Amino acid sequence: MNAAGRADSGGPAVDTAGGADSGRSSAETAAGAGSGGPSAETAGGVSYERLKAYEGRPAAVAGVGKDRVNEPMIRHWCEAMGDTNPAYAGPDAIAPPTMLQAWTMGGLSGHDGRSAAYDELFALLDGAGYTSVVATDCEQEYLRPLRPGDEITFDAVIESVSERKTTKLGTGHFVTTRMDVRADGELAGTHRFRILKYAPAARRATEARRAGEPKPGRPRPVINRDNAGFWEGVAQHRLLIQRCRACGTLRFPWLPGCNACGGQEWDAVEASGEGTVFSYVVMHHPPFPAFDPPYAVGLIELAEGVRIVSNVVGVPYDKVRIGMPVRLEFLRVDDEWELPVFRATFSATEDAAGSVAGGAV
Amino acid sequence: MSAGSTQPGHAFSRGDELPPLEIPITRTLIVAGAIASRDYQDVHHDAELAREKGAPDIFMNILTTNGLVGRYITDHFGPAAVLRKVAIRLGAPNHPGDTMVLTGTVEETDGETAVVRVVGANGIGRHVTGTVAVTLPRTVSGPQPPAYAAPSAPAPGGAA
Repeated sequence: MNAAGRADSGGPAVDTAGGADSGRSSAETAAGAGSGGPSAETAGGVSYERLKAYEGRPAAVAGVGKDRVNEPMIRHWCEAMGDTNPAYAGPDAIAPPTMLQAWTMGGLSGHDGRSAAYDELFALLDGAGYTSVVATDCEQEYLRPLRPGDEITFDAVIESVSERKTTKLGTGHFVTTRMDVRADGELAGTHRFRILKYAPAARRATEARRAGEPKPGRPRPVINRDNAGFWEGVAQHRLLIQRCRACGTLRFPWLPGCNACGGQEWDAVEASGEGTVFSYVVMHHPPFPAFDPPYAVGLIELAEGVRIVSNVVGVPYDKVRIGMPVRLEFLRVDDEWELPVFRATFSATEDAAGSVAGGAV
Repeated sequence: MSAGSTQPGHAFSRGDELPPLEIPITRTLIVAGAIASRDYQDVHHDAELAREKGAPDIFMNILTTNGLVGRYITDHFGPAAVLRKVAIRLGAPNHPGDTMVLTGTVEETDGETAVVRVVGANGIGRHVTGTVAVTLPRTVSGPQPPAYAAPSAPAPGGAA
């Protein structure tokens, strides 16, 4: 989870027709909280510089949890979640770590520690028409368990305010805050929270989905006499490369003639399946109905020297790198099609572990 | 796609898949979760006001999702498992009447701490995606010795 993975990040549109992805539907979020504001078209009127000036300013100062960590609130939480973990009950009970934020909530009587800067920023966004709010990300790190009797204090900072983004929900700004939560004065956890303050967009796709219209299927390959041999190979789990009978030059994708000598006679050789990432893009936006961004689309250089566009799998989309070794496999994408994709063959232990803390924004 | 599946009380290896957990999204769960997390935003308990704001119905708050993701991990690895980090991103909202299916895959592990990638899918898409870092202490009370124990390690229960 990091800034690059933000659901709305404007990325280049890529041709995914030849690629493969898990093929799940794009997430449609229906609505957020807040009063319905004007449409995205009329929202605006506040400069990004003015919003960005709030970065680094406090969001909460010396906040104090309204209740000490206590057994009743823990039990109510566990009942709601259906969580029967014995660690959360009995004389040595700890609070469920994921309750971290709950201890800092203002409840019906509101927040005490919230800063003037935070209220100002929200007033600016409200005034610009971004009246709805929805939480999008929560990243928590737990440093020590919380136990009944602990007094909770917290400070938070406005970590970032994004540029204006257009998402499926509507147009607005992401606001990320980072909170340090202390128990009896000792740092117990950190809590990074991202919301989208936005002006709601029309909900066409969601409504279509609710109306029972099926999710659009993946695009079908266009198979003709020039590339039929390639798709016959795919059906047999063989990745075939065309070879010019006249000069021996390999070519991919399949074409009627040789780019090197113009020869029209060809045969095919089977790729070993080994390759490396020659280049890649990460597809974020706009979402194509049959795909589920973000996902990585790689330009794979095969060991034989030709390149193919396909998906890189087996590694988080934001960990794909140029030069990464990959190996061919065939991924079933629906009832009809299995497609060649490329699985990363290296171990990214350090990288992936580091990503949990989230280098967000 | 992956090598095996993990068993409660066992160590983990990369690629292990956790058994899915199906969670019916009831109105009661949404409201109880919101109140237990002290989140009184009306869209989490008042359908009429939620509709006024453009949602078809009330929807689950992020704190409840966070709690359910944590529960999914500790339900599987047992009470000795210690949550270190939970990082989630929300997508398709959880409305009443839907069902969310949580699935998890051990993405990385050093034998003691695992990073589990979690996805919660509902009827309209992915409600939640994220990662959880969880530590399993070297001594695990369970019927099976931890698979990561060194060959010379004592039998289960032998260490502190």
